[in-house]
Amino acid sequence: MTVANTETHPVTLPADLRISTPRHHVVIFAGLLGLLLVAPFVLYPVFLMKVLCFALFASALNLLLGYGGLLSFGHAAFFGSASYVAAHAAKVWGLTPELAILLGTGAGAVLGLGIGALAIRRQGIYFAMVTLAFAQMVFFFALQVPFTGGEDGIQAVPRGKLFGLVDLSNDLTLYFVVLLIVFGGLLLIYRIVHSPFGQVLKAIRDNEPRSVSLGYKVNRYKLAVFVMSATLAGLAGATKAIVFQLASLTDVYWTMSGEVVLMTLIGGMGTIFGPLVGAAVIVTMQNYFAGFGAWVTILQGIVFVVTVLLFREGIIGVIARWTKKAL
Amino acid sequence: MFELLGIPPQALFGQLLLGLINGSFYALLSLGLAVIFGLLNIINFAHGAQYMMGAFLAWMLMTYFGIGYWWALLLVPIAVGASGVVIERLMISRLYHLDHLYGLLLTFGLALIIQGLFRNQYGVSGLPYTIPAELSGGTNLGFMFLPNYRGWVVLASLVVCLGTWFTIEKTKLGAYLRAATENPTLVGAFGINVPRMITLTYGFGVGLAALAGVLAAPIYSVNPNMGADLIIVVFAVVVIGGMGSILGAIVTGFGLGIIEGLTRVFYPEGSAVVIFVIMALVLLVKPAGLFGRTV
Repeated sequence: MTVANTETHPVTLPADLRISTPRHHVVIFAGLLGLLLVAPFVLYPVFLMKVLCFALFASALNLLLGYGGLLSFGHAAFFGSASYVAAHAAKVWGLTPELAILLGTGAGAVLGLGIGALAIRRQGIYFAMVTLAFAQMVFFFALQVPFTGGEDGIQAVPRGKLFGLVDLSNDLTLYFVVLLIVFGGLLLIYRIVHSPFGQVLKAIRDNEPRSVSLGYKVNRYKLAVFVMSATLAGLAGATKAIVFQLASLTDVYWTMSGEVVLMTLIGGMGTIFGPLVGAAVIVTMQNYFAGFGAWVTILQGIVFVVTVLLFREGIIGVIARWTKKAL
Repeated sequence: MFELLGIPPQALFGQLLLGLINGSFYALLSLGLAVIFGLLNIINFAHGAQYMMGAFLAWMLMTYFGIGYWWALLLVPIAVGASGVVIERLMISRLYHLDHLYGLLLTFGLALIIQGLFRNQYGVSGLPYTIPAELSGGTNLGFMFLPNYRGWVVLASLVVCLGTWFTIEKTKLGAYLRAATENPTLVGAFGINVPRMITLTYGFGVGLAALAGVLAAPIYSVNPNMGADLIIVVFAVVVIGGMGSILGAIVTGFGLGIIEGLTRVFYPEGSAVVIFVIMALVLLVKPAGLFGRTV
């Protein structure tokens, strides 16, 4: 990471302390990839793509929350705006899907830089409120500017042809593209977390004053991780817009921010694989209860309350405690 | 007729009044948040839902039991406040030893449950609540027409806000409260039941939200989402004011309501976001908030 390099005293660890990839992580990643390669032949690909997009979204939030210790309650802003930009680029400008997704991701990054620079000036609870308020501002903006289509959103976004060659209208083809994007994103997050940058981040999370006293420029690290998290959330949102051919106000509303926090929480904050599991659980739940109106909201609320009161480690957190392995 | 900067005075004063009304609600709600935060150190995300509950309860009392506005003004805050006491005892009190963020997450979950339940029962379209007969009609002030009920809302919320400020800053009970905010262990050592004080404080803050809900019922249509968007604006108000001072919360609430009203006159497109823009500016210039103590 470039930010780590600007530090006056680079982190050099003795060889035996260097962060090596534990073998069980390789095994889990490989197993996961194998599972996801087979999955679309068993389960409905569109459902799987939804899970994948939210898995990436939740993992992006987890990078900020679980490893940076910063609770953003406004991540829908990045997810949603990226989704709008990608949808607009693909539909109105007629760009190929990979360019549309790239543009959307860029929008997430730029917005993340702007909001992050302001939000990191406050801590803890205030940080959560500031991000939520800015996300609401983005929501009102999306409600009023003409290009988002207001209440209708941007519908019938063409999936287009990847690099102008591969037709993505087939769900199965698109699935493998989405898998590539999401898996790449997850590996990137894994790499960030286990880099020296990630270690400093965890140090800041655990004891900020001490990190300051050790000479780390804490705010730079916070901003950097915020922008990374926003960018990856943008990647998830942009991909989602292409998959569902839709960008709507739901994507930028505060309920979306709450949902992704819930996914991270129930899967296990600060675990690599928790957000994936959380996303799968919540998306499945939404699918099953889709016909029951507000019951989805109530159920999500109950899951929130129960998780916070009794189950704070989350699913993967509990498994990690049982197996005594970092997951 | 005279004109001010090309704006007819009726429009200007009309929007100013509207801003003052919104400001009344911002002040009441951010006051409740500040009181709760002071002692419990949690941000009560359910505040908007509890405000909505207040409005609904007033409507239910009227519709099912024929109990009118004035009784609702008394009964509803007590009832909703009591529900807050139960919530604090059963759930929130288990989280005090943890990171404050868990309190936020818990109350967010509660807000989802409450809103979902009301949405299931009553749908999303608004329910009407008539203005009490004593306050219907209006008064001509010469430069504008003031609907009596709106005047009452501003007056009532001012009185409640200042009453709360007086209780906390000038009475013995308030002194205990402030002392417990500073150092709960020490206050407990003096024989004061701090946990009970915390519980009652939460109940009181929630009661304030419910009171705001009753006041709002005749102005805004009563619907399950009425608190959700409002509470986010109130969060911004809280960030701008800083939660260090009670008076600060009141002044910021009313002030921002008026600024929002003025924006609606001069630049209507910006009225929805002006408070968030001010928040951004305050974060740049004075990150601790206008009345906040340093973080």
